[in-house]
Amino acid sequence: MKKVNFIHLRSKLPFLLLVFLLTFSTTIYSQDNPAGKASAVEVAAPPADAPAVAGGDVAAGESLFKANCAACHKMDAKAVGPALRNVADKYDRDWLYKWIKNSSALIASGDPTAVKIFEANNKTVMTAFPALSNTDIDNILAYTSQPKPEPKVAATSTPADGGQNGSGGASNGLVLGALALIFLLLVIMLFLVTNTLKRIAEANGVVYEEKEKRTPIWKAFVQNQFLVLVFSIFLILAAGYFAYCYMMQVGVDQGYAPVQPIHYSHKIHAGDNQIDCNFCHSSARKSKHSGIPSLNVCMNCHKNIAEVAPETATPEYSKEFYDGEIAKLYKAVGWDAANQKYTGKTEPVKWVRIHNLPDFVYFNHSQHVTVAGIACQTCHGEMQTMEIASQFAPLTMGWCISCHRTTNVNLESNEYYAKIHEELSKKYGVEKLTIAEMGGLECGKCHY
Amino acid sequence: MASNKKYWKSVEELNEDSPIVKALQDNEFVTEIPTDEFLGNKEALESSSTTRRDFLKYVGFTTAAATLAACEGPVIKSIPYVVQPDEIVPGIANYYASTMADGFDFANILVKTREGRPIKIERNDLAVNGGSVNARVYASVLSLYDKNRLTGPMMDGAEVSWPEFDTAVAQKMNEMSSKDVVLLTQTFASPSTSKLISEFTAKYPNIRHVVYDAVSCSGALDAFQNKYGTRALPDYNFSKAEVIVSVGADFLGDWQGGSYSKGYAQGRVPKNGKMSRHIQFEANLTLTGAKADKRVRATPSQQLEILKALTGGSASGLPENIVDSVNKAKAQLQKAGSKALLVTSLPDVASQTMALNFNASSEAIDVSKPLLTRQGSNTEVMNVINGVVSGSIKGLITVGVDPVYSFPNSKEFTEGYKKLEMTLAFAMKQDATASLAKMVAATPHYLESWGDAQIKKGTYSLAQPTIRPLFNTRQFQDSILQWTGNTQKYYDYIKENWTASMLAGGSWNQALHDGFIASDTEMVMEEVKPTAEGNGTMEEGTSNGALSAFMQEGGYDLTLYTSTGLGDGQQANNPWLQEFPDPITRASWDNYLTVSAADAEALELENTHVSNGALNGSYVNVKMGNVVVENIPVIIQPGQAKGSVGLALGYGNTADGIQKEMQTGVNAYPLYQNFSNIQKVSIEKASGMHEFACVQLQSTMAGRSEDIIKETTLEIFNTKDKEYWNSVPVTDYDHNEISVRDKKADIWSPFDETVGPHFNLSIDLNACTGCGACVIACHAENNVPVVGKEEVRKFRDMHWLRIDRYYSAGESFKEEIETLENLPAFDSYKVVEVPAYENPQVAFQPVMCQHCNHAPCETVCPVAATSHGRQGQNQMAYNRCVGTRYCANNCPYKVRRFNWFLYNENDEFDYNMNNDLGRMVLNPDVVVRSRGVMEKCSMCIQLTQKTILDAKRDGRAIKDGEFHTACSSACETGAMVFGDVNDKESEVAKMKEDRRMYHLLENVGTKPNVFYHAMIKNTTEA
Repeated sequence: MKKVNFIHLRSKLPFLLLVFLLTFSTTIYSQDNPAGKASAVEVAAPPADAPAVAGGDVAAGESLFKANCAACHKMDAKAVGPALRNVADKYDRDWLYKWIKNSSALIASGDPTAVKIFEANNKTVMTAFPALSNTDIDNILAYTSQPKPEPKVAATSTPADGGQNGSGGASNGLVLGALALIFLLLVIMLFLVTNTLKRIAEANGVVYEEKEKRTPIWKAFVQNQFLVLVFSIFLILAAGYFAYCYMMQVGVDQGYAPVQPIHYSHKIHAGDNQIDCNFCHSSARKSKHSGIPSLNVCMNCHKNIAEVAPETATPEYSKEFYDGEIAKLYKAVGWDAANQKYTGKTEPVKWVRIHNLPDFVYFNHSQHVTVAGIACQTCHGEMQTMEIASQFAPLTMGWCISCHRTTNVNLESNEYYAKIHEELSKKYGVEKLTIAEMGGLECGKCHY
Repeated sequence: MASNKKYWKSVEELNEDSPIVKALQDNEFVTEIPTDEFLGNKEALESSSTTRRDFLKYVGFTTAAATLAACEGPVIKSIPYVVQPDEIVPGIANYYASTMADGFDFANILVKTREGRPIKIERNDLAVNGGSVNARVYASVLSLYDKNRLTGPMMDGAEVSWPEFDTAVAQKMNEMSSKDVVLLTQTFASPSTSKLISEFTAKYPNIRHVVYDAVSCSGALDAFQNKYGTRALPDYNFSKAEVIVSVGADFLGDWQGGSYSKGYAQGRVPKNGKMSRHIQFEANLTLTGAKADKRVRATPSQQLEILKALTGGSASGLPENIVDSVNKAKAQLQKAGSKALLVTSLPDVASQTMALNFNASSEAIDVSKPLLTRQGSNTEVMNVINGVVSGSIKGLITVGVDPVYSFPNSKEFTEGYKKLEMTLAFAMKQDATASLAKMVAATPHYLESWGDAQIKKGTYSLAQPTIRPLFNTRQFQDSILQWTGNTQKYYDYIKENWTASMLAGGSWNQALHDGFIASDTEMVMEEVKPTAEGNGTMEEGTSNGALSAFMQEGGYDLTLYTSTGLGDGQQANNPWLQEFPDPITRASWDNYLTVSAADAEALELENTHVSNGALNGSYVNVKMGNVVVENIPVIIQPGQAKGSVGLALGYGNTADGIQKEMQTGVNAYPLYQNFSNIQKVSIEKASGMHEFACVQLQSTMAGRSEDIIKETTLEIFNTKDKEYWNSVPVTDYDHNEISVRDKKADIWSPFDETVGPHFNLSIDLNACTGCGACVIACHAENNVPVVGKEEVRKFRDMHWLRIDRYYSAGESFKEEIETLENLPAFDSYKVVEVPAYENPQVAFQPVMCQHCNHAPCETVCPVAATSHGRQGQNQMAYNRCVGTRYCANNCPYKVRRFNWFLYNENDEFDYNMNNDLGRMVLNPDVVVRSRGVMEKCSMCIQLTQKTILDAKRDGRAIKDGEFHTACSSACETGAMVFGDVNDKESEVAKMKEDRRMYHLLENVGTKPNVFYHAMIKNTTEA
């Protein structure tokens, strides 16, 4: 029998190898995907070498535009001021020089075009740029006169991505299906071979030896009291262990990532755009709460950012999706993007709180952020990579305590610690003090 | 109390053959419980569709479902601002200076707000002469969140909008234009409101303004006006007086608006061997009498004679012991010369004039800058009452007063009031007047309003809103502005007034920031003139008439007073104040007639203790002419003058706007005839026993005072060694006596407390007047729950800080011990337990967790929920506590409080923590405790930690005076000092070295971090 088995194994081996190889090749293939995507983006990215218009330097114009104009103007949409694409075609060049250098003077002089523009834009006075030379203005106008780039990136990369993904999926399925079929065939063949061999053996008159009747293994086990005892102790301990583990994770919501009313991506803000955490969570420096930023903080930037750049879109979240989320913000804060005005109709956002400390714990952000200088990521994880914010730390008391036991107090240049440090280091005979040695493990420090 | 007396609940019980009594004795329950009826009825059982198995299934399912549901974590929403105000940072408190002026209490305050909610009142230390921040002022923040407040203007019982209301009022005003209308207001003491009212009355000349103080000071005002020309009350500086004689005046309580305790306490702490001498002649035992060096019991009629004798007359006609005391007091007053002060609460002008004349040359009286906190004139108010009753007055506008509740002849007045053509009430809640008024203008709480006040002449205070109005309310002044056709808001009006006069070029913003300015610029106040005939002579005539009737023999002398908790009764809906135990009787949720033991015996009144220790008292009916106040419970009060009784005003308000639970006590205002606080009444016993919620019962210290209250006289303090009067307890060690402070006396190894701050709290028993401000401040700071009368009666009150009141039978606590030691063994019991001691000595002792360095509670906790902190605080981790209550049993100071129930979000305890509005007052830095855990004073660890954390963040060392607790910062008299004893320069460290320092029950060896300063009494006779 054993021999027969062996033979079978041997016959199976090439197939098994094939299965392994194919699986690996598909994984390699799928990992290739992002690289392909990236290269697609790169290919599509440089739109700069479009034909220069009206003899201006487009590159210089772009940098000037970004430095001086972008705060109030967008190329294709109204912001504080009107959209500027192809503005050079709408007005006389000399008039534009005058307007840009000192628009209020032009309005004051009663120029009808100037007055009309002024009134059409909520009578907002445009900053005067007397420092810009005519050449500079030409450069800027050259930049604004560029044709609107087709949303190549989104158009090319996303469908291509989808296609690749789709084909990859199909080939994977095909391979797997073929493998399954082969496997099935093998099983059937094996069955048939065994049957044939049996029949041959019978035909050859081979007689099987009858096996001796032995006590079944489970009966033997039951009869052995020692084994039963050990086994039940083991079972009880295991059950206890699992019960304990289960109980201990009640109320621990590590990884909790609820769906928020507005899909806010920390990755885009803190990661891609490198906005400092404290910029929005400003009270973390001075208060016990880190504070969820109020919507007016969002609007500091989003007044001018009504849509995401095409590059921001990912396979999971399209540009339309993100723009929709910004629209949600506008709705909540009551911002009328078309007229660049607040409507006064607000709908406060009901965020779902992720980090829920129980009421009986006192935690102070400012002590950790300002006094100790701990990075936000220590407790909150790599927020700058999180598309959806989730709870990183278990927030259990054991977690707090272990950090307090091992972390040294940041004593430098803090006069509060001067005397205490001197006394304590004498007492413990160490130069550096952990928070625990400072009394950071006392119940009353966090529970009151 | 062992006795063979037979007690009975009803007269029926005395009849031994009565079948009812027999039935009651035999049966456990009065009516049969219908179990047999149900179980015996087989048919009914069988026809039931629920079988036993079904029942078990349901039980099993619901239990499982509840368990599973409990495993799911709740989804918590966080809603940030849309536009966050600049000044609000979540988690950081903002403080605003403001002023409380409700007509009874006037004070400059700081309002602590968190995320836009006022959560606590604090003292404004910048303000001088800023009125007294007492228990009621501290509690007033809770009145803001009263769920029974009016939510909008109402006409004929239906809510209307403000424009509708304004139209209706304008129409009514026009209708009334030729008829007599009275604007009856509280005392505002507000320059801007004064000006506004005069503009209002100029526009509507038929309206006249009358000021009404529910608790009148008319006599004193008239006397002052006659002598000095201004309608005001003299200001006293008790710290400048060496001899203080008070005839009935409870100046540490609410006498003439209160606010004297700070000055008094300054003079009472011995400095350079000197302190003031205080002699009190009074009928009720008051806070002031309790603090006096010498207290002489005298009924109000005797007080009249005493005052005459002290101011020059003869002391004839008085009992011998009083004559002796009067003569001695007189001699001392004379000896002190310009440093003597004589004050009285007798309501008539003549008596007040006598005292004023006597004090004319005193250094302690300030007549140039008097207090303007009371303006009412009895004659004027009487005219209003008569006018309404007779029908000559056609309309009444009430502001901040509740005449239907608080007028003495409320019945006739109410009849007249209902018939008036125009009744307009400005009210915060549906009080008695507002329920009858045709038009009710809902007003905001003072924490939602703008305002100004001139509490003392030359000191102007500002009030600013600290929260947007919670309801659709409009303050009185804004309404008046609207009705006079002024388009300004009251804020602009005040600002304009201030800029025009008292600011004198100063900064408005600075004044608003400080909450007050001192300025000599006079701002013309509407002078409230008594009517021509009410001036001087007439007043004297009437009141003398009243008092001469008073002098007649027979009956009991009733002294009406305002309780420390409720005052004139405006804040009756405030559960903190209702649960605040009276400093003297230690009873809460009630008012009662205080009767002397001798009179009680004569009237067969009794106070008994039931088996769980709670107090019961007889009822009486009090009659005065045709006024009868029925079923007043009686407390037998040691120290009450024989022949006199006392009763607190401000209770028994049963208006719709008062929550059922808060409709406590009986209304004493019907007895407040002629607005005189002393009355002649007759008393008869009524049936039944009243159940009190009294938290401290012992009538005397029973000679056990040595380690609790230490007391000595000034003479001994000055001449004898400390060991004589403040000895440290000794213990036996190696057959030698050693001090318990000795290291060898200790079986525990000490904690190392030398590093970092080590907190200590010092309490000076000389300066403590028992005013209870600390109790309420602690309530507000630490989210202490209100438990209600039934629970307090079971001694389950949750106050983290209590003020024990101790009586001693002798002239001093020491003397009592000596007397008791010399008594035959079996007599002492009676002497101790029966309150036969007629004039006890009183001591107040605030007791909170003593934060023992060797805490007995810590060693017995099976789960280590209570532990010792390096900073000296005994810490309590509520989430760790499993509620064994071992700690409370092992605590020698009995300061631990157990949560017998869930006191929040529980309909059984329908107080502020049971509604969203009331919960807004909770301090977010302190956890709200749940059922089954022990709690106690934390030495305000949230505040000490805050100070430390702020200093760490700023990177600086902490200066003395930065650390404080809720109680120490509430203590106006400076009796409580908190700080770091490791800072050798700190005030508290110096206090600890003081000769008067002792620990409570030091012989127990607990080494507390709270220490007391022994009480010194100045017993020097002239």
